[in-house]
Amino acid sequence: MKRAIAVVLLGVLAVLALVVLLNFRGEDEIHDAPPLTPPAGESVARGAYLVRAGNCMACHTDRGGAPFAGGRAIETPFGTAYASNITPDKLTGIGDWSASHFWRALHNGRSRDGRLLYPAFPYPNYTLVTRADADAMFDYLRSVRPVARANTPHRLRWPYSTQSALAVWRAMYFSPAQYREDTAQTAQWNRGAYLVRGLGHCSACHTARNALGASSDMMDLSGGVIPMQNWYAPSLASPGEAGLHDWEPAQVVRLLRSGIADRGTVLGPMAEVVLQSTQHMATADLGAMAVFLKSLPRAAGEAAEGPVASARMAERGAKLYEHHCAQCHGDKGEGVPGAYPPLAGNRAVTLPVTANLVQVVLGGGFPPATAGNPRPFGMPPFATLLSDDDVAAVVSYIRGAWGNKAGAVSEFTVSQQRGSIGR
Amino acid sequence: MKLLNWLALAPAWALIAAPAHAAPKFEDSMAQRTLACTGCHGKEGRAGPDGYYPRLAGKPAGYLYNQLLNFRDGRRHYGLMARLLDPLSDAYLLEIAQHFAALELPYAAPPPATAAPAQLQRGQAVARQGDATHDIPACVQCHGDALTGVAPNTPGLLGLSRDYLNSQLGAWRTGQRRAHAPDCMARIARQLSPEDLAAVAAWLAAQPLPRDTRAVPSLPRPPAISCGSAMLPAGRPRP
Repeated sequence: MKRAIAVVLLGVLAVLALVVLLNFRGEDEIHDAPPLTPPAGESVARGAYLVRAGNCMACHTDRGGAPFAGGRAIETPFGTAYASNITPDKLTGIGDWSASHFWRALHNGRSRDGRLLYPAFPYPNYTLVTRADADAMFDYLRSVRPVARANTPHRLRWPYSTQSALAVWRAMYFSPAQYREDTAQTAQWNRGAYLVRGLGHCSACHTARNALGASSDMMDLSGGVIPMQNWYAPSLASPGEAGLHDWEPAQVVRLLRSGIADRGTVLGPMAEVVLQSTQHMATADLGAMAVFLKSLPRAAGEAAEGPVASARMAERGAKLYEHHCAQCHGDKGEGVPGAYPPLAGNRAVTLPVTANLVQVVLGGGFPPATAGNPRPFGMPPFATLLSDDDVAAVVSYIRGAWGNKAGAVSEFTVSQQRGSIGR
Repeated sequence: MKLLNWLALAPAWALIAAPAHAAPKFEDSMAQRTLACTGCHGKEGRAGPDGYYPRLAGKPAGYLYNQLLNFRDGRRHYGLMARLLDPLSDAYLLEIAQHFAALELPYAAPPPATAAPAQLQRGQAVARQGDATHDIPACVQCHGDALTGVAPNTPGLLGLSRDYLNSQLGAWRTGQRRAHAPDCMARIARQLSPEDLAAVAAWLAAQPLPRDTRAVPSLPRPPAISCGSAMLPAGRPRP
């Protein structure tokens, strides 16, 4: 009996030691002081570009707030995390950090004071960023206007609020890594892979998360519902979703540059990414991302099966379509090139996960106003005009008309979705 | 005779049978681009049917631009608006504002006033003279003698529903609606008693538009109070 207890105790201690060990692996103690000289102009410019490519501003700037001063609420299934102030303010920002502290945050997910960072900050991706890139990003952030704004404490539920829970999570799902060049591939492919997997943190949305908020295979980009926002980031590996295998690379570049391409338009969370990040990226980098994304192993397309709409529902959907949608999207769902996307043969319409389609009908939206498409055409919200029943009928009709062969959408799905509109 | 009757009716039948969307064709215009706005704010931005989505047509461009920025940047709150505006640039918001500002369209007659005469009288007094004892300036002091607004940034107060006026003044009182400091309307709305607030909203909503509905180019006297809402924010595209 005593022996059994000893074994259990030893086991517990071993697991604890392992968790601690796994949380410190690859980390050296930092003794560097914050830099005393202003950053070099060239490094600042390179850092500015990289900070754009990483879209740091999107989370680290509150609605209408000072750039990089933090405060934006990131809703998660575990509570609300608040992005931190990363301006060079000494007291409330990162003004007393050294370049090594900044690198450790990106690479190891640890703050200057040693606390573990929540992976709402996508360090499982940023860990791939090179030291040289991290240093340039730090130099850029040192050059922005310091803003005194104390960080908002996270509001996470117990036990997720504790550092020990986070340590266990990290032991299970996070390991610091470096981008390893795949020598069988071209330099362009490798550059694309580095950007997509690392700074671009595409998998933060485009890969499904498990019940503990971890991506099963962070790099598979096989699509996932964005928690709390109820938008679906479609699979970049599936030709039936948002796979780019059959796209011209130039069209991929155009989509990321302007938000609109011949065969697709970005809306919702991806519109924000294009607006704030990818439209500012160099053509060579966007081209490299296109090459990498096009090379993802093709996932077998899941047939978007589902219940077939009843004759009554289809008829009602067709009437609603004619009255509310056809004016812009055309009698046969053909759309207007450059203004309104076609609905016939549109993968965003026939996705097996219907969240985006319902979101767009309820909340409307504009593609991003980019330099390449500065005056986009918008879609009105129908949340105030159409009942859940109406929306279900019209989207079911669209999913089954003009050669589209996707299943019907239920009223229940629409009402679930309505709750997340206008958040 | 019978045949003639049928022939006379034919055009009416044709109208009924034509699909509802046949009239408007796609055009590369701002009106086309802003169908996302007019879905709620009414055809050409003449106001939504329930009065909650206010008129946009003919409001001063600077005012509309400031409101678009306020919604996008979190000083005014309406989820559907924020979501629509999030991906848009300052320059495009300004163009949208200018598009609606340039629309000179007739106003509908106000609905018959349902408020008690005493309340309307009090509302008129507050709007026209203000209430010096409670430090409340008259509406006309800033919004113009005809209450049709002052170009380019101060809105008119006529042609709005009583519900809309009540809810906006209420939102200013609670801080739900904000403008750049000094937020004069927030201060005024807090000074107003709930009774006076309701009275002024009832009176304004019952007033017909004057013959010239446009915002006046300037005020006869500069207002005694300074308003952050009546300025355009620095460092952004300007009209």
